[in-house]
Amino acid sequence: MKLTMTPVAYAALAIAVITSPLMAQAQSDAQSKGLEIAKEAEARDLGWQGSKSKLQMVLQNRHGSKTTRELRRQSLEVTDEKLGDKSLVIFDSPRDIKGTALLSHTKVLDPDDQWLFLPALKRVKRISSANKSGPFVGSEFAFEDLLAQEVGKYEYAFLKEEKVDGQDCFVVRRIPRYKNSGYKKQIVWWDKAEYRVQKIEFYDRKDSLLKTLTYGGYKKYAEKYWRPDSMNMVNHQNGKQTLLQFQEWELGLKLTDSAFTPAKLKRAR
Amino acid sequence: MRALLATALLVMVGCQAPQGGVFDFSGVVTGELRAFPANPRFADQDDDPLSVSVAVEPEIVYEWQDGLQRVVATPFVRVDSNDDDRTHADLRELHWLYLGDSFTLLAGVGKVFWGVTESRHLVDVINQTDGVEDIDEEAKLGQPMVNLTLEGEWGALDLFYLPYFRERTFNEERLRGPFPISSNPTYESSADEGHQDWAVRWAHSLGDFDVGLSHFSGTSREPTLVPEVRASGTVLRPHYALMDQTGVDVQWTRDAWLCKLEAISRDDDQRRFFAAVAGFEYTFFQFIDGYGNLGILSELLVDDRSRRSPRTAFDHDVFVGARWSLEDAQDTAILAGAVVDLQSPETLVSIEAERRVGDSWFVELTARLFLNTDSDSVARALSEDDFISLAVSYHF
Repeated sequence: MKLTMTPVAYAALAIAVITSPLMAQAQSDAQSKGLEIAKEAEARDLGWQGSKSKLQMVLQNRHGSKTTRELRRQSLEVTDEKLGDKSLVIFDSPRDIKGTALLSHTKVLDPDDQWLFLPALKRVKRISSANKSGPFVGSEFAFEDLLAQEVGKYEYAFLKEEKVDGQDCFVVRRIPRYKNSGYKKQIVWWDKAEYRVQKIEFYDRKDSLLKTLTYGGYKKYAEKYWRPDSMNMVNHQNGKQTLLQFQEWELGLKLTDSAFTPAKLKRAR
Repeated sequence: MRALLATALLVMVGCQAPQGGVFDFSGVVTGELRAFPANPRFADQDDDPLSVSVAVEPEIVYEWQDGLQRVVATPFVRVDSNDDDRTHADLRELHWLYLGDSFTLLAGVGKVFWGVTESRHLVDVINQTDGVEDIDEEAKLGQPMVNLTLEGEWGALDLFYLPYFRERTFNEERLRGPFPISSNPTYESSADEGHQDWAVRWAHSLGDFDVGLSHFSGTSREPTLVPEVRASGTVLRPHYALMDQTGVDVQWTRDAWLCKLEAISRDDDQRRFFAAVAGFEYTFFQFIDGYGNLGILSELLVDDRSRRSPRTAFDHDVFVGARWSLEDAQDTAILAGAVVDLQSPETLVSIEAERRVGDSWFVELTARLFLNTDSDSVARALSEDDFISLAVSYHF
């Protein structure tokens, strides 16, 4: 039988030939739009310099029983594109880890530098930062969820616009570019009005939905910077959740580099 | 001397501390039960297989000028049912601290840790070991000091003036040498415990490397135990020599690897010697079903000190260990390790398991075993002192 191409087949072929560059075009449009949104969100948050916050971390297991941790965080804005921010986290409770402190010098793509201070021994230990996807102090937050979300850490693609809690949002997919991430991808909802993150879905390495993080109670600090009152992380795979409740936020503080050194970590309290 | 220093400090603070500061009071009470399954090795040792003790360690902090200045007081008391020498009190900390931008000044009684390795702390020589607390040499007595820390792009430089010496504490019953330890030590320095010591340390973090270089000059915290025959029987009398010790500690951190080195060169009243600990720690993160971290540790220990220097069990040994942390809300963790002598079968085994209960309680189970000790080994005297301890702490 002679192989013939029907007009329909021709049409299909023609569409395929025409659409693949079109699709590529659409894809790169989606990428640049996604990147623009992330850049705009970052640009609107530039200049906060130093911040201090006090928060409660409520860990809830699948049976609903809760344990609470209290901590304080200081952060220093670093504007160098290759480097991330510096942060110092000090635990106030549970009481047996009171005074334990974690210093992080984050990088965008390179591994972060991290030191842990153990107050009982007065010992500062440089620790491995390869455990980005591991749980932060037994919570449903991974280390990577709590680090500064620099634009360069991800590849972006705009997906659609959608309402979340009555707010118009951009929905953007982002794929981690840094090593040791526990995620195949994340879907982020930024509100169109102020470019604040309203929700993030985290997909594990097998691309199944792992966790959903929702932000609540945004307030403006230092006349410009939006910070949430709460961040609630729900793990869909193990039924646990962790709620971060911020009790205090201070922004625009004049903190210096010298407050974020391993030598100062020894004196943290 | 100590009382004098403390008084001077309190007066100084009393004059300076303005209103409007912040008080913080916290602490821990620990009940500990130790079980010794074997009969003691020496006839004069208490043969009670169980010993109970209670320790209290409150911490009082007063901060002012937005945390720029603070006073810290951390007294410590332990009462032991069986060992009179383990019943003891100490001032772990009592100092004033000024936290400047490029310098920090501390005056009073303080605690300092230097080093990176896990099995032995060679470069860490500022504080005296509180030997009755545990045999791991990690509990320290408060050290009177003036410590100035200077910081810059080049790292941190610590300068120490140490005006007073603290004697090491020793158990009277279990976990001691073959004879009771005399509470009347001798010193190489004619000033006895009043010898003025000094130390300096430079530390810096350079990319993947954390480096420390230190020097200490003064009375060694490690005594030689000299047998002395008395009418009442033989005792071991501690002798504290003067020493000059230069130390280096380096850690290289990359991915899940930590590579560590501590090395010292010490000149004591015998001769100059070298000692080192080098090893690694590798962590398998989220190794079971995504939960828990397993760290594998190994360190090589060498020490070529004179036989007349303070004796050490770590002259040519290898340490292997594993740390399993569940990364759960209760911070459950287990650490097991063994130090094996490379020239004899002597092995020291240690297993520690810990977990938080509720918000304020913490439970630690520890076992320490002294295996295959032979007549020449330092741990020979401890051969019957294997023990298990259960410590329950309440933190407030």
